[in-house]
Amino acid sequence: MGHPAGLSSDLIGRESETVLFEVERGAIQKFADAVQDQTPACVRGDLAPPTFPTTFRMTIPGLTFDLARVLHGSQEYRYERPLRAGDRVHCRVRVADVYQRKGRLGEMTFLILVMDGSDDSGNPIFSGTTTAILR
Amino acid sequence: MTGPLLAARPDQDLNSGAVLPELRKPPITKLQLVKYAGASGDYNLIHTDDETARAVGLEGVIAHGMLSMAFLGEYLCWLAGPESVRRLSVRFVEMVRPGDTLTCRARVKERTTNDAGRRLHLEVWAENQRAERVTVGEAEVAIT
Repeated sequence: MGHPAGLSSDLIGRESETVLFEVERGAIQKFADAVQDQTPACVRGDLAPPTFPTTFRMTIPGLTFDLARVLHGSQEYRYERPLRAGDRVHCRVRVADVYQRKGRLGEMTFLILVMDGSDDSGNPIFSGTTTAILR
Repeated sequence: MTGPLLAARPDQDLNSGAVLPELRKPPITKLQLVKYAGASGDYNLIHTDDETARAVGLEGVIAHGMLSMAFLGEYLCWLAGPESVRRLSVRFVEMVRPGDTLTCRARVKERTTNDAGRRLHLEVWAENQRAERVTVGEAEVAIT
C-alpha cells in the first residue's frame, strides 16, 4: 500500500504452485555454452552448472512488476548435489519478505524470494534465495 | 584438466588467507548476452536491447548479474569439482558491460569438518579489467 513499486507486505508468504521441471541434456549444454563453462561434465550435458536453477521460472499469483525497473541485488544457492540430465525437479518459490529502504537511488523496495527444488521422493536437491530491488 | 585443482593441493596450501588460482574468462560480448537470455529464460531487455537500456537511464545494455555468478559457479567446479559445490552466495555490486573481461578469484576463509565431511569456506569474487570487484560473495565446497 503506497509502496513505490506497488508491492505490499501482504505478499509475504504467498507462493507459486509446485512445478515439475525435467532437466534436459540439451538445455544444460546450451546453458554451459552461453556462459562458456568449460567443466567437462557440463559441456557433455551430464551435470548442470551450479547456477542452472535460474532456468526454473515460476510465477507467484499477485506478484507483478516492471522488469526494466528491477535490479538483481543478490543471489544465493545451496546444493545437496548437482543437478543431472534426466532429473525431475519439483520446484516452488515463495515471497519470504518485502520491505522498503532508502538507498542511493532513493526509496526502493526489496523483494526476497526463496526457491527450493526436490526430487520425486521429496529429497531436497537445492535451495535459492533471490534479493530483487525495485526502484 | 585431469581433476579438481584443490584435490592436488596439500592442506597447508588451503589455510586461512590462502589465495587460490584465478580463472580468467573471455571478454563478454553482446552475442553472449543474447545467448544467455535464451539459455536462462531471463528476457529482460536491458540486457539485450540498447534502446530499452537507455530508456531506464543506462548507457547501453548491461550483462545479467547471473552471468557473472555463472562464471563463479564454473570457477568452483574448476577448483573443487562439480560434485563438490555446496553453496554460492553473491551480491551484484557493479554493472558489467559488453567488452568487460572478468576474472574469478578466491581466498580461503576457513576449513571445517562436520558429519558431512570436510568443507572449505571461500571468499569469492569476480573483478573486471580495471580490478574493480563487480560480483562478490562467499562459497562452500566439499574437500576430501
